[in-house]
Amino acid sequence: MRSVILSVTAVVLALLIGAGILALSGASPVAAYTALAQGAFGDAQAWQRTLEKATPLVFSGLAVAFAFKAGLFNIGAQGQLLLGAITAAAVGFGVEGLPAFIHAPLALLAGAAAGAAFAAIAGALKVYTGAHEVITTIMLNYIAINLTDYLADGPWKDTSPGNIVARTPRILDTAMLPTWGPIPSGFVLSVLLAGVIYWLLWKTTFGFEIRTVGQNRHAARYAGMRVARTVILTMLISGLFAGLGGAVETQGVVGRYQPGFNVGLGFEGITIALLAKTHPFGVIPAALLVGAMKAGSSQMQFVADVPKEIIDVIQALILFFIAAEFLLRRLLHLQPEAGEEQLVLSTGWGSGE
Amino acid sequence: MSEFVLEARGITKRFPGVVANDHVDFNLRPGEIHALLGENGAGKSTLMNIIYGLYQPDEGEILINGQPVTIRGPHDAIRQGIGMVHQHFMLIPVFTVAENLVLGAEITRGPMLDLEQARAVVRRLSDEYGLHVDPDARVEDLPVGVQQRVEILKALYREARILILDEPTAVLTPQEVEDLFRIMRGLTERGVGIIFITHKLKEVLAIADRITVMRRGKVVGTTTPEQTDERGLAAMMVGREVVLEVEKGPAHPGEVVLEVRDLVVEEHGVPVVNGVSLQVRAGEILGIAGVQGNGQTELAEALTGLRRPDRGTLILNGQEMPFEDARILIENGLAHIPEDRQKHGLVMPFSVADNLVLCTYYKPPFAKGLQRQPQAILENAERLIEQFDVRTSGPLAPVATLSGGNQQKVIVAREFSRPVRFLLANQPTRGLDVGSIEYIHKRIIEMRDQGVAVLLISAELDEIMSLADRIAVMYEGQIVAEVDAAEADKTTLGIWMAGGEKESAAATLA
Repeated sequence: MRSVILSVTAVVLALLIGAGILALSGASPVAAYTALAQGAFGDAQAWQRTLEKATPLVFSGLAVAFAFKAGLFNIGAQGQLLLGAITAAAVGFGVEGLPAFIHAPLALLAGAAAGAAFAAIAGALKVYTGAHEVITTIMLNYIAINLTDYLADGPWKDTSPGNIVARTPRILDTAMLPTWGPIPSGFVLSVLLAGVIYWLLWKTTFGFEIRTVGQNRHAARYAGMRVARTVILTMLISGLFAGLGGAVETQGVVGRYQPGFNVGLGFEGITIALLAKTHPFGVIPAALLVGAMKAGSSQMQFVADVPKEIIDVIQALILFFIAAEFLLRRLLHLQPEAGEEQLVLSTGWGSGE
Repeated sequence: MSEFVLEARGITKRFPGVVANDHVDFNLRPGEIHALLGENGAGKSTLMNIIYGLYQPDEGEILINGQPVTIRGPHDAIRQGIGMVHQHFMLIPVFTVAENLVLGAEITRGPMLDLEQARAVVRRLSDEYGLHVDPDARVEDLPVGVQQRVEILKALYREARILILDEPTAVLTPQEVEDLFRIMRGLTERGVGIIFITHKLKEVLAIADRITVMRRGKVVGTTTPEQTDERGLAAMMVGREVVLEVEKGPAHPGEVVLEVRDLVVEEHGVPVVNGVSLQVRAGEILGIAGVQGNGQTELAEALTGLRRPDRGTLILNGQEMPFEDARILIENGLAHIPEDRQKHGLVMPFSVADNLVLCTYYKPPFAKGLQRQPQAILENAERLIEQFDVRTSGPLAPVATLSGGNQQKVIVAREFSRPVRFLLANQPTRGLDVGSIEYIHKRIIEMRDQGVAVLLISAELDEIMSLADRIAVMYEGQIVAEVDAAEADKTTLGIWMAGGEKESAAATLA
């Protein structure tokens, strides 16, 4: 409950300061925010835009939140998402003659597997060499960016006549994900996945192991849990979610892999996971919020004549207030509850390991 | 001029949910040792932190030499002549004694540190107070007892007239405790007033001029060693009569349950456990005495699957066990009360119920396949809370909300509630109140009487002597002596703990 209050306060404060900035730059905050809301939720089309923007964010948010539960900071969701996106595209355009009910899931699974395998590298490096996952996933991001750039401009480049852009061919229709009314099927999938993660974390023995490792790995060892296995599996599953997010983006929105189309989706997963206080069900509203701001920003720019970039400022402010939780607690006179599950961001180096 | 060098009047300090100090009065005369006694959480530390300026009181005032003062931090406290020796020393291990001494109040010549003069100061203070320390020794090379002297010298260098010693004997051998007491008397002769914080009744009676007992944030009363005894002090601390002596019948040792052969644990290439061999039989308690840091922690970790030994054999119930595999050991009947209960024994944010199944969560009835069984977990918790008298607001309360004694009861309940063949209890009562100590001791004896092989590791010699059937002394990674508990005496054990007379110890072994 308290975490909900903290998150809502962070958003409200960010919007208020955003309004201040808008007012200072001579625009009307009311007009701007009204246009933003219109663009995000005004009609069925707006809703579809919002849900489409939110979908990959739910996936990457779940990926980061899930890893946090084991005390792992997966900054590599971006790279895992890119590999998922391009692998799904490769299966989407490369495998022919399958019916849609096989082709589309196959492409999704391929994307998920790519993300999972890539993230497992960071998990294995942590377990076997002690390399901190923050460092390795950042570096793996660069590998993913350059690898996908190379593939999209090399072996998997769209060779249709007249194309000079680095991108893969369009995926076949059989690999595309349907949209039901204004609701993209990928969004439905992401919500279902949140439910699965909730079940996994709180209802299964494996989830108990993950949470124990995340809260106190010494106690996990004491209890005979396989800490190394848990760390690798958690990273793998986290990467699986991120890869799935990339695949859904390819198969549901972009229709191919094209560098530049998935920029930031993985990184925004960090904001969303933190805003959600790492709870899988919190990820959905958090992703919807960010998705809505992205979806409505064009209309805001058009109607209220304020630059889109104010959205980035507001997002940054949200993250700032979440990170500066101490400040918020002081403001709201909230004491941390004894025994509140803590988000552990400093495992490994300098944390008394 | 006031009679008291320090006086705290009506100090009240509230924290959310608790009154840590409730109108506490405390005073100190020059040249007296005033012991402050109380269980954990009684409010001793809060009061000292207020006197040392780390907290501000909500009500009440502090007077130094009769003058009301406001102490805003350690800096103010030092200026008022208050020095504090914390339980965990605030020394820089790689600096010399002289360097540590002047740290924060450096003697300088221009921009340069004047170490020559610092050395001279060490020598002068050493002579004056009879605290012998080599000014050029590196702190990390010194025994703990000497490091403590450096801390005291630091306070004296800052011209402390009031010295607060927070649990100063916790890390010392019996001989070092004697040395410390001699030093303390020397200081009082020179007019220094000492506040001696402890929970050890014997020490209080041995050294204090006056004793103030706190319980639940309030002062229960002030007495003197002449007017009271251990039993009386314990009753004041706990608020009821307590059994100080552990009641236990003779042991009936059975077959060998645990056998350790030639165990070696190295750290950075240095053996910290150096060829330990021992046997524990069903129905007996083997106590391992020793000053902290002589390899007991590493030995315990190696025996409980938390650390991979470099060499050796570990046999449980006649079967050789793999190294670093807690689960196999647990499934073969290991119960482990870990040294650091919050680090290893508990997941603080988790509920009492979850902590009670920390080692068995994956087995029926607590799990069916992958699916956990909340009903069974809850019922287990309710049963154990009742059976082990754990004071908690409920099975779903985070274990962090429990007192230290009740946290330890959660561990004991968990570890004792599955089939146990071998119990390793490492510092099982450290930091606990008298009531909880009494309870845990009783339970350990019960386990022994049910035929469990018990290995008890403790730095409290009294605890070892009252619980163990056999006593082994560990020094620098080796078992240097082993005696029957009935034949053990404190002085000899103390000498062995300090590494003295290895030959005679070896003779006893044979």
